Amino acid sequence: MSNRTIPKIALVGNPNSGKSSLFNHLTGLNQKIGNFPGVTVDKKTGICHLDATHKAEIIDLPGTYSIYPNSTDEKIVFDILGNKNNPLHPDIVVVIVDASNFKRNLLLFTQLYDLHIPTVLVLNMMDIVEKTGLSIDEKKLSQELGVPVIPMKARRGKGVDVLKKTLLNDMDYHFSPIFEARSHAPEAIDAVKEMFSINEDYVAYQMLQQHRINQSLTKNEKNLLTDLVEKHNFSRDDLRRKETLDRYAAINDFIDGSVKENFTTLPKHWTQRLDRIFTHKIFGYVIFFLILFLIFQSIFAWAEVPMDLIDLTFSELATWLSETLPPGVLTRLLTEGIVPGIGGIVIFIPQIAILFAFIAILEETGYMSRVVFLMDKIMRKFGLNGKSVVPLISGVACAIPAIMATRTIENWKERLITIFVTPLMSCSARLPIYTILIALIVPDRSLFWFINLQGVALMGLYLLGFLAAIISAWFMKLILKSKERSFLVMELPTYKMPRWKNVGITMFEKSKTFVFEAGKIIFAISIVLWVFASYGPGDRMDKAEEVILAETQNQQLTEQELHNKIESYKLENSYAGIFGKTIEPAIKPLGYDWKIGIALITSFAAREVFVGTMATIYSIGETDDEMTIKSRMRREINPDTGGPRYTLATGSSLLIFYAFAMQCMSTLAIVYRETKGWKWPVLQLLYMSGLAYLCAFITYNIFS
Amino acid sequence: MNTRSVVDLTPGESGIINGFMDDTLSLKLLEMGCLPGQPIKYNFAAPLGDPICVSVSGYNLSLRLDEAITISIQ
Repeated sequence: MSNRTIPKIALVGNPNSGKSSLFNHLTGLNQKIGNFPGVTVDKKTGICHLDATHKAEIIDLPGTYSIYPNSTDEKIVFDILGNKNNPLHPDIVVVIVDASNFKRNLLLFTQLYDLHIPTVLVLNMMDIVEKTGLSIDEKKLSQELGVPVIPMKARRGKGVDVLKKTLLNDMDYHFSPIFEARSHAPEAIDAVKEMFSINEDYVAYQMLQQHRINQSLTKNEKNLLTDLVEKHNFSRDDLRRKETLDRYAAINDFIDGSVKENFTTLPKHWTQRLDRIFTHKIFGYVIFFLILFLIFQSIFAWAEVPMDLIDLTFSELATWLSETLPPGVLTRLLTEGIVPGIGGIVIFIPQIAILFAFIAILEETGYMSRVVFLMDKIMRKFGLNGKSVVPLISGVACAIPAIMATRTIENWKERLITIFVTPLMSCSARLPIYTILIALIVPDRSLFWFINLQGVALMGLYLLGFLAAIISAWFMKLILKSKERSFLVMELPTYKMPRWKNVGITMFEKSKTFVFEAGKIIFAISIVLWVFASYGPGDRMDKAEEVILAETQNQQLTEQELHNKIESYKLENSYAGIFGKTIEPAIKPLGYDWKIGIALITSFAAREVFVGTMATIYSIGETDDEMTIKSRMRREINPDTGGPRYTLATGSSLLIFYAFAMQCMSTLAIVYRETKGWKWPVLQLLYMSGLAYLCAFITYNIFS
Repeated sequence: MNTRSVVDLTPGESGIINGFMDDTLSLKLLEMGCLPGQPIKYNFAAPLGDPICVSVSGYNLSLRLDEAITISIQ
């Protein structure tokens, strides 16, 4: 292999074939998550050290059963592998198959092989193969297929070194197509090969099959291909059926001498036994809800200690800085704007990490597909699909990956409804808001010895989000009309122990991406907010002291009280205060004052800035910096009543508002990209904000 | 004319796939390893009766009833 440029290696395989384990073994923490150009498919790339001197770029392509895509995600596989000009077109394709489920997995291999890119076949799950008495002669198989075949136990990392060595060597590669595409449609294929200067029959054949959904073709090229299909009577579906049957026949020939199989008696005891419990009429649902309950209890219980610690550390840091540094604008920007701003980002980490760990475990074990299986019939009643459960559950972490996960839903109407209602699920950005407000209004008591009252309140909010989502979905089902058919042809993988390394990497990568992506916005808004809260129009800020002194001439005030009066006068007359006051009439019926109004305005870009905004607003002009955000909010007084600002009514109303309101630019952007227009994101914004306002209004009036 | 389909199987019973009664769906079912001449076994149904779980080509597949009914068996 030459040293000139780093070779690109694409990793392809069926879902549940162990592809992500292999990717993690090859790249470790050297991973980058980005988007494929032009589409919002998660692109995972990483650098792998093949040996001391050679590196390779590994591209993890979406898991797929076939080169014919069923979903938007799977389209990318042919777009990259079938187009030599694609910047991501690999030098080598590594196809990983689940050897314990050999035949169906090999179908994809035979399709990719025919694209004529140097291919390596990895037989994964050899441990299961050994246990089940199946035997695979990989040397013989390698001769039959004409490609290197590497047995692997990706879960334990066995075979990875052999794969690296194989990738380093020049592969002697004899190519003879498995599916003789040209013999089925010679004229059409020759015409495409000439028109697009393609050498491979199968690539040309695939362009005839898939040109309508191919992203790299221009409209004109698509039309040319459509004309060719008609002119040569290229009957796509018949040929595709014939192709699949031919391929399975070829697979049977390949494995004839090299694999001793007895598929019907494969002892999959554990999966059978567990399915009896997990898909049981009653226990199935009980277990599902217990798992959800466990997740929420853990998020609340386990994350609390590190979160308090982070909160305290940052307020200590602010105090220390303000005492150490010379007083001035920069020091104030640092202690009142930047440090609380960063603190507001870092405080997310424990909860996000726990949440993503649970989601990764559910995916890893194979339980997630059972959830789809359990819920499909119920979800269909609400215009959704069993597969909508995965986006809805992921929506608890973040709506952005969740909306991207809707691509596995083939039916457009079901997918659209899922996209529309997913942001109503309480995402992790709402968690800090929930946490802080619940702590203010719900007593920290145990209901029984293990159930925490605040945990129950938190779960209630998540349940509320879910109910809002499902009821909204039902309304949309009534409004939207569609004749497209809905499918649920889905593999139920065998149960596996989660690979803790994968869980750990997911936790780390997701937290990192989230903190840096969300962090940028929070950080910027914190600084902007500090500026708006520290400066005001005209000279009102400068005259604050005079005004207050004049006002309070006859009152006996301590220096401290006087200072507080001056500072709150300043905040009121700052730009932020003026914004807040402007919208105060609109939010007064919900029980909010202008300070909360400032938080609402800043939250419309991204709701996670709420806590940071609170930190900034309440620390402006504070003398005792060591107080945490929570205690500052608890101490806040409502001047109209003289009681605390965060009463049960205001707190609940604010909780409901944040539960329903669409306050995330990134989500709107992703909905725009996924639905290819402004219609749905705009409707979503109006619907969710309206719902939030209405429900918060009702809540406030019930509790006050 | 009475063609039996996968939904006519009882839990635990197997049949041999004969053909498909839905052209579009057959493309996908073939790729997922539901091949004519191959055995298909009805494992169990979801708690609400739909979808169902079948074994085919050595693995478990879930299908809705209206999808399973398009797979005819001998």
